[in-house]
Amino acid sequence: MNWSWIPRNLDRVAELTVQHLWLALLPVLLGLIVALPLAWLATRARVIRTVLITVTGLLYTVPSLALIVMLPLVLGIGILNPLNVVVALTIYTVALLVRSIADALDAVPQAVVAAATAMGYTPLRRFVAVELPLAVPVTVAGLRVAAVSNMSLVTVGAIVGLGGLGALFTDGFQRDIPAEILTGIVLVLVLALLVDVALLAIGRAVTPWTRAGAGARA
Amino acid sequence: MIEFRGVTKRFPDGTVAVDELDLTVTDGGITVFVGPSGCGKTTSLRMINRMIEPSGGTIEIDGTDVMSGDAAHLRRGIGYVIQQAGLFPHRTILDNIATVPMLLGWSRAKARSRAGELMEIVGLAPEMAKRYPSQLSGGQQQRVGVARALAADPPILLMDEPFSAVDPVVRESLQDELLRLQAELSKTIVFVTHDIDEAVKLGDKVAVFRTGGVLAQYDEPGHLLARPADDFVDGFVGRDRGYRGLGFLSADGLPLGALETVRLGSPAPSGDWTLVVDDADRPQGWLAGRDRTDGAPVTAEHLVPGGSLYDVTSGSLRSALDAALSSPSGRGVAVDADGRVVGSIGADDVLAALATARAAA
Amino acid sequence: MTGVIDWFADPANWSGPDGVPVRLLEHLQYTLLALVIAAVIAIPLGLWIGHTGRGGFLVVGSANALRALPTFGLLVLLANVFGIALTPPIAALVILAIPPMLAGTYAGVQAVDRAIVDAARGMGMGEREVLLRVELPNALPLILGGVRSATLQIIATATIAAYVALGGLGRYIIDGLALRNFAEMAAGSILLALLAIGIDLLLAALQRTVVSPGLRTPAAIRTRPRLRAV
Repeated sequence: MNWSWIPRNLDRVAELTVQHLWLALLPVLLGLIVALPLAWLATRARVIRTVLITVTGLLYTVPSLALIVMLPLVLGIGILNPLNVVVALTIYTVALLVRSIADALDAVPQAVVAAATAMGYTPLRRFVAVELPLAVPVTVAGLRVAAVSNMSLVTVGAIVGLGGLGALFTDGFQRDIPAEILTGIVLVLVLALLVDVALLAIGRAVTPWTRAGAGARA
Repeated sequence: MIEFRGVTKRFPDGTVAVDELDLTVTDGGITVFVGPSGCGKTTSLRMINRMIEPSGGTIEIDGTDVMSGDAAHLRRGIGYVIQQAGLFPHRTILDNIATVPMLLGWSRAKARSRAGELMEIVGLAPEMAKRYPSQLSGGQQQRVGVARALAADPPILLMDEPFSAVDPVVRESLQDELLRLQAELSKTIVFVTHDIDEAVKLGDKVAVFRTGGVLAQYDEPGHLLARPADDFVDGFVGRDRGYRGLGFLSADGLPLGALETVRLGSPAPSGDWTLVVDDADRPQGWLAGRDRTDGAPVTAEHLVPGGSLYDVTSGSLRSALDAALSSPSGRGVAVDADGRVVGSIGADDVLAALATARAAA
Repeated sequence: MTGVIDWFADPANWSGPDGVPVRLLEHLQYTLLALVIAAVIAIPLGLWIGHTGRGGFLVVGSANALRALPTFGLLVLLANVFGIALTPPIAALVILAIPPMLAGTYAGVQAVDRAIVDAARGMGMGEREVLLRVELPNALPLILGGVRSATLQIIATATIAAYVALGGLGRYIIDGLALRNFAEMAAGSILLALLAIGIDLLLAALQRTVVSPGLRTPAAIRTRPRLRAV
């Protein structure tokens, strides 16, 4: 295998890595912003919940390449616009998170909600100050799955020309350079691992009570 | 007959759950293993059907070592009821009950019809047959658990804290139900609980275990209350044991006093306290002297509620004493099996009878 | 948009080796083949690991590794190393379908209430009966969840496998791209979306039919995120 490809293309790899991170992580953030109010809505009424979960579930079922190719029809933009990848991955993230967060909100003990209400919280403040924090661990778990799977999904975009490190796969395949493909695979794995660890750490940092409980039991 | 001979259970981590247990469970009665957590009561029970295998000693059922045959075969001949019932969530109630008969190779039709009979025996409505465990209350699930254990008519029934997960009212009715069933079926039942009151209520014999798997006392419940073997048993049996022990002393031959009664609607007699009865002589309440309007008919709103009743056909000294102590007049009401008033009982009479019983013992 | 409608209306696209029926059938064949091979490996293995509790790390490890592994990269690497043929991409589909089914089966058996298993043994069931009559039916919702997840994965991966010369509906996207025929690409995507959704609904219906009505979907199943790697 021709390993000399790597040192000769460090600049290109660095550039693609940055692009890759943008394409993978921006949808995580956007997905969270969209999913939170939707999840709140889902806990308000059974009907809304069913509709939301069915629709996002169906979208989640569509293969990524098909979704990326169909979006230009809906969004009215060119097929090579990076927005297609960002929107597609945002849709997957929302689909993952709405269901998880709605279930997590449902799982908040009724006694806690009742106590907060009895102390005079308005519904909106109660949601932000009590229910949402208690849903954080599940939300973070969902974000981790979304972020890690996005790292891999982004590369599919390379088939239509906008896939971050996926470009190493298409280029390596066409020019027959296995070292290039392998570099791409390893980098994607490493990025996924790093993002997973980072989100895990953030999740721990913002939910000190979950660790206190574990410590007390131990 | 189940015989434990020098049975020891040592777990791989070195803890000794049961230490040199010698104990004989006689046929046709309820033997309760009771003790604090970690005392080895459940381990002892589970060694009978080899859910746990002993590290030393032997357990024999009717002279046969339980370790001698196939474990699954042994278990099919022993009923097993556990906490939370352990019902199969994917099977209907009827099919849950039919499990062991099916394992024994009965035809589906025969197993189901047997299951139907058992539902009736344990007091489950026939329309429950097609339901699933998740659709039943905790008490109903536990009834199914008992029915399932009885399905193949095993001579022995092992019950591991079967009623500890249900609320106190349901627990009490399940206990009564078990006693009723046992009166009919006369199984050899080994019952594990951490609740001494449950042990004393259900047990023909009670084995009290102490932490570390040592048998502290094995006795009839009345003796356990009257003469605890040591401080541990005394402490475990708990408060008021003297009073609770009266429950195991028969009140036969307790002298009854006369009791003045008046029918509802009849003119009120004179005197301090008068018991008011209905047309069938069943007690309705007491009429206090201060509330009485001489000669006017007694009506329901004049009545003061009475205390507990002492049934002369089956009552213990405890029920007699309680009837006397809980009555507003100080005289307990004695009734016959049909609930008709037959006389009264005073607390002094009970204590006198107790003194006689002690002197005789 | 009109281009897409025209594409669907053109009878030429509905016949021949490049027609919709043939491509659809190819896609279904790959999916079924990979799914069956993967299931035959993953489900018995998952049952065994779940029942004995031995080798759980294998399940967790493989599921985590797959989650991060770029499937597209794996496909092109296999094609690059072994050449363009049918076997490498099918092998890739099988490899990718195993972890979700393995994880679902393992988790399903693990999630069976220990009291139920205890009761089953206590009534005299042998280990085989405990596994097949109690643990398997109770694990069925999670096992089928794993099957759905794996199917989704296979259909999507088979799509991008068209890039390394596999047939199936993905061909419309890859060929359309080469010819700058966006109508064909969009039409292929719509067909793929319909196929994926249709099969998922079919499996959902199957799940409802074969799972005992006594097993209400526990919250754990609903919150368990499905895998989406391609």
